[in-house]
Amino acid sequence: MSSYLDMELLRFTTAGSVDDGKSTLIGRLLFDSKSIFEDQMDQVKKTSQKRGLDHTELALLTDGLRDEREQGITIDVAYRYFATPKRKFIIADTPGHIQYTRNMVTGASTANLAVILVDARNGVMEQTCRHSIIASLLQIPHVVVCVNKMDLVDYSEEAFDKVVEEYEAFAAKLDVKDIRFVPISALHGDNVVNRSKNMDWYEGPTLLNTLETIHIGSDENHIDCRFPVQTVIRPHSDEFHDYRGYAGRIAGGVYKPGDEVTVLPSGFQSKIKEITTFDGALEEAFAPMSVTLTLEDDIDVSRGDMIVRTNNQPDMEQDVEFMMCWLHNEPPRPRAKYIVRQTTNEARAMIKDIQYKMDINTLHRIEDDKSIEMNDIARVKIRTTKPLLTDPYRRNRHTGSLILIDEATNDTVAAGMII
Amino acid sequence: MQKYTLKHLQELESESIYVLREVFAQFENPAILFSGGKDSIVLTHLARKAFYPAKIPFPLFHVDTGHNFPETINFRDSLVDKLGVKLIVGSVQKSIDDGRVKEERGINASRNQLQTTTLLDTIEEHQIDCAMGGARRDEEKARAKERFFSHRDDFGQWDPKNQRPELWNLFNGRKVMGEHFRVFPISNWTEMDVWQYILAEKIDIPGLYIAHEREVVWRNDTWIPVSDYINLRDDEEVVKKKVRFRTLGDITITGGVESEADTLEKIVEEVAAARQTERGNRADDKRSETSMEDRKKEGYF
Ligand SMILES: Nc1nc2c(ncn2[C@@H]2O[C@H](COP(=O)(O)OP(=O)(O)O)[C@@H](O)[C@H]2O)c(=O)[nH]1
Repeated sequence: MSSYLDMELLRFTTAGSVDDGKSTLIGRLLFDSKSIFEDQMDQVKKTSQKRGLDHTELALLTDGLRDEREQGITIDVAYRYFATPKRKFIIADTPGHIQYTRNMVTGASTANLAVILVDARNGVMEQTCRHSIIASLLQIPHVVVCVNKMDLVDYSEEAFDKVVEEYEAFAAKLDVKDIRFVPISALHGDNVVNRSKNMDWYEGPTLLNTLETIHIGSDENHIDCRFPVQTVIRPHSDEFHDYRGYAGRIAGGVYKPGDEVTVLPSGFQSKIKEITTFDGALEEAFAPMSVTLTLEDDIDVSRGDMIVRTNNQPDMEQDVEFMMCWLHNEPPRPRAKYIVRQTTNEARAMIKDIQYKMDINTLHRIEDDKSIEMNDIARVKIRTTKPLLTDPYRRNRHTGSLILIDEATNDTVAAGMII
Repeated sequence: MQKYTLKHLQELESESIYVLREVFAQFENPAILFSGGKDSIVLTHLARKAFYPAKIPFPLFHVDTGHNFPETINFRDSLVDKLGVKLIVGSVQKSIDDGRVKEERGINASRNQLQTTTLLDTIEEHQIDCAMGGARRDEEKARAKERFFSHRDDFGQWDPKNQRPELWNLFNGRKVMGEHFRVFPISNWTEMDVWQYILAEKIDIPGLYIAHEREVVWRNDTWIPVSDYINLRDDEEVVKKKVRFRTLGDITITGGVESEADTLEKIVEEVAAARQTERGNRADDKRSETSMEDRKKEGYF
């Protein structure tokens, strides 16, 4: 039990083209790690029988809403949970079809790791490239390529090596630091949770073992101190009469009492007086902790402001350039106003310039056609009504990300990774 | 480097506190849906942490089916007292008396379906623009796709095909008049996480969760507690069993499991070894494979 309290959390996303075996793989991971309950399994067995299958379709374990069950496809991001004695896992399960880019971008936005499936018979396909490009664009720190259906290629080492070679050639163009490969059969369970007896030639860890041991401690930025203020805490009680604290979740760096800080955008300087929590004041706090800071001086701080170290400040600009993924089925309207949300800040914005669209299968720039549709990725520039406090997304995923909201409909229409 | 990592419960806690503070910042009149169950108790505990040293800036909102475990109501009232927060009660009995809904009949009758109307009426009456709940994505298939910020139209309905995409931790709580949100700050917690957290934080919970002697009948493959609201069949035999409850709902349909787990530590061990989902003991989810999803579309929690 104490070991359970000592676990880390790994969030990963899964990607693959339709029929590469993604649902089967997730079902297999859940089943072999004993995360499936009897009543869930009973339902799946019943449904498998109803459909006239002679095996239990593990893929059904991860099936979501009824509309999709009727259509036999999944249409959004679904979250799954399982734990082993070593780690707790959150899977953002994103299905592969038309709305794919949008879904994968969503799932990838909070992931530390991407599992990308490749069918051993087909090798690296256009879709594989697309998934990998999204993983790279969203700066998922770790990628595990699972070469699936090894049973259908006689568990052959050559077949596996060929996929690895193809993938490595393509991945040289990407911005992913850590790529690993595992040969698996999701259907039969080889190298998913249990070691395969059919592939003696493979000496690396199983998929689960990789997920359990991969080092995720340095995925957060612990260098640049960034504290976006969510809300001001004023207890108005006798005991805390003059208390004024700034509540937020640390987006980067390590904070200590006595640190010299600057409040942006005002530029007022002060020192951290106390790091308040319900469990007592802290000696230090780091990303991604939720804490409340008090300052030595009585200065005006409100939601959307950022408390940073005086000697290390983010960019403060009204012209913001980013890679945009368009999420909505209606294209951007000319001269439309959007609300941009970035950390806890909000401003109005207009898209000033679409520099190029990106071919999401090849990374090529498309400069002659700049019409934006759902699932398109483009490099754009916006002008905001007030300065945003940003870092490049590559440097900090919390302060480097933004969304656009349509003022007219309140829909979230785009996601952006600041350059 | 090892120094600057969070353990998973700390990370989940931090995420939930962040969500609670976003709700406070983005809405005018939010409330915590409080059922007296362990998930809403954990949610309330997290709210306390999120705004410390200030008090919880939201009322607790209880949809009272009238078919409660008496222990639940006592627990609720003493918690409200201790925290010094306001309590809003939406009464299903009143909805029935006012003719807004009709009581189900028959042996498996429950007031679970009826709660939806009471919930939506109370939301409207108190102009609540955000109702926070302790629902978790691991509870049920239909919940696995639920957002943290779940948008409801002006009929309180959930459209699974038309949910706003939710990226990073950038939550979009914008709405027009009449619409409201459901927000689920502990979306990413599992049953195990909740129990571990209750244990680690020494959070007070109703004794119903801990194994105790009780009069029960065997019905729908589970031990249903004997209460004033239950209609016994002739062939049903009332027996005394040592049971505990994994969820607390309407007393007429919430089944207990036989258990020797009379301490939190033992419960955690039992949960770790469990082979049945916690909702497996709730008759309301058994009606059809998609019953939860149908209720959600209508505006259920
Ligand atoms: N032979 C073999 N078939 C597989 C394997 N993994 C998945 N399949 C089958 O491939 C089909 C598609 O799998 P599914 O998991 O639904 O794919 P998804 O569309 O990626 O979710 C199903 O009929 C699976 O049984 C595998 O490792 N070997």
